[in-house]
Amino acid sequence: MRFLSESPSLHAHCYRVLDDNGQLIRHSNFIQVSEDIAVKMYSNMVTLQTLDTIFYEAQRQGRISFYVTTIGEEAINIASAAALTLDDFVFPQYREPGVLLWRGFTLQEFANQCFGNKADYGKGRQMPIHYGSNKHKYFTVSSTIATQIPHAVGAAYSLKMDKKDACAVTYFGDGGTSEGDFHAALNFAAVTEAPVIFICRNNGWAISTPTSDQFRSDGIAVRGQAYGVRSIRVDGNDVLAIYSAVHAARKMAVNEHRPILIEAVTYRVGHHSTSDDSTKYRPADEIEWWRMARDPVTRFRKWIESNGWWSSEAESQLRSSIRNQLLQAIQLAEKVEKPPVKDLFTDVYDDLPPNLREQEKLLRETINRHPKDYPADVPL
Amino acid sequence: MLAIIRQTVSNGASRNRPAFYASRSYSAAVKEMTVREALNSALDEEMSADPKVFLIGEEVGEYQGAYKISKGLLEKYGLERVRDTPITEAGFAGIGVGAAYYGLRPVVEFMTFNFSMQAIDHIINSAAKSNYMSAGQLSVPIVFRGPNGAAAGVGAQHSQCYASWYGSCPGLKVLVPYSSEDARGLLKAAIRDPDPVVFLENELLYGESFPVSEEALDSEFCLPIGKAKIEREGKDVTIIAFSKMVGYALKAADMLAKEAISVEVINLRSIRPLDRATINASVRKTNRLVTVEEGFPQNGVGAEICASVVEESFGFLDAPVERIAAADVPMPYAANLERMAVPQVEDMVRAAKRTCYRSV
Repeated sequence: MRFLSESPSLHAHCYRVLDDNGQLIRHSNFIQVSEDIAVKMYSNMVTLQTLDTIFYEAQRQGRISFYVTTIGEEAINIASAAALTLDDFVFPQYREPGVLLWRGFTLQEFANQCFGNKADYGKGRQMPIHYGSNKHKYFTVSSTIATQIPHAVGAAYSLKMDKKDACAVTYFGDGGTSEGDFHAALNFAAVTEAPVIFICRNNGWAISTPTSDQFRSDGIAVRGQAYGVRSIRVDGNDVLAIYSAVHAARKMAVNEHRPILIEAVTYRVGHHSTSDDSTKYRPADEIEWWRMARDPVTRFRKWIESNGWWSSEAESQLRSSIRNQLLQAIQLAEKVEKPPVKDLFTDVYDDLPPNLREQEKLLRETINRHPKDYPADVPL
Repeated sequence: MLAIIRQTVSNGASRNRPAFYASRSYSAAVKEMTVREALNSALDEEMSADPKVFLIGEEVGEYQGAYKISKGLLEKYGLERVRDTPITEAGFAGIGVGAAYYGLRPVVEFMTFNFSMQAIDHIINSAAKSNYMSAGQLSVPIVFRGPNGAAAGVGAQHSQCYASWYGSCPGLKVLVPYSSEDARGLLKAAIRDPDPVVFLENELLYGESFPVSEEALDSEFCLPIGKAKIEREGKDVTIIAFSKMVGYALKAADMLAKEAISVEVINLRSIRPLDRATINASVRKTNRLVTVEEGFPQNGVGAEICASVVEESFGFLDAPVERIAAADVPMPYAANLERMAVPQVEDMVRAAKRTCYRSV
């Protein structure tokens, strides 16, 4: 009689390609990346980092109501996006704007959503950072945790039915893996043999809950085996490791019709959101150490510099250019009108039903009779 | 070929059908069909017409459906389109929504809507609200269907009626078929509808047989969503019911006719959108109203009907509205207690008489 131990004697191996100084680890196998792709990945990471810094400041200044940063997780965002194709469907949680950035969402489009103006594709319906764009196959962010995981499996199943050369990819945090939806989705994906990649950003924290209070398993990667899903643990701050793992995962998912689980180990350097002050539950020097010594952007820069693909001139040029573009985008977004009153009632159903048409009519009559009681900046 | 009346989903004419089929001049033998056969034929036809339609749920495939609604479909359409799922309502509802986001048209079966509570986050937060939250980018052409309400001797956790819970949510359409024609026409309309639909059936009605007209048998037959049906015209009091209670209301009407009270029976067919026009027109005609539902009384469908009538037809009421609902207790199991916990025909007769100021 032998019980399987609750914790393995050896932790699951963590795949790495670059060491902390951005130099290749000997004997590490990885997929070669061209100078173009490497520089594009690096620029996107810098853009994401700058976007986060500026928009966070904008929230602190009261210009937007809310923001969520991705600081510390730039490698996961950009490198995974780079390893996918534009035909793959992305189901994000809310800490993956980098994937949308890689796919071509502009800084102005990000700003428009955060300001909830007329140009926002979401018509001002949701809080900031709830981006969504059909043309980029990036499914609108919804606040509920882990609900996107079974959605991704459903979409993957549909892709398989349609015999498309594409997969579904979904992202979630360490906390999200405690939800029932995570369990049901992995189980289902294995049983239905769905071409889906599950990417867990294990960043150590679910708001103030550390992983030691979240689960007792050896991280997330080992859970895959429990459901019959092939898995891997990866250094989440290593661009080349993420790129290679996602590249390989995609091939297996699409060609073999199987789900893959990737646990990307990282650290949430920023607060959970602008409504959080994480120094209340973790030491400030821990945060600083991860921000400086373990920054994935710096680490990758060292590698591209050592290849002669980057320089400090290019660096300062890029950073100031992005900063200017962002400041302009915010200024412009702030000035654009808010969505009109009619957008309060549309899209509840496919067609506008008679009761809502009537409500809109009554609302307009009331606004006409009492214009002083309504905000002047909302167009009718 | 018969003239086919295609009733579109958003704006179809309501068909006031008198209760007597004998008035038809052409039909010799009218076809009878059980609600089970009606649902099965509707699923079959829609799956045949559109390859994007597929069925998922527990026991829908090999077992032919927990209540045999999907009989024969696995054999006909194969494993890809009739999918048995592991036991996880939250899981397969979420997967269904994901498939709908992608562009397929899933029909998700809950063994009973009591189990839909495990999945209600996906029904409301992922399905109902998505089109609005994404500003039209994520449409969800999904149907959630299954038996709702009390059966016979299944106890508290298998007997609740969810019509009022789902009926309060914008973004959903909620349908409540009664007869076989209702079942066919409304399920086909629901599958074709671009919005998420909650389709509340009734286990005890599955085996009941109803006559179906020729046009209802046509593969293009759809009923308009949001239109109630006047099952029986009357002039003294209106009884509004849905699902199984429509049958009870018709029996009550027969009993009341013997006492010279002429009852108008309305079959709601749709909880959301609620056909306030038909409801109010009827109350303006009869001036008296009794609402009937199997669900719990507080915050129920009857409460909403009452509010609508008070808002729009207050001056036409000659008596207070009577609401008949289940007893305000979790459904007991013992047969004698269960009988007392759900509305019976006699309750409706007494309520109608009270509105007519007749002694009971």
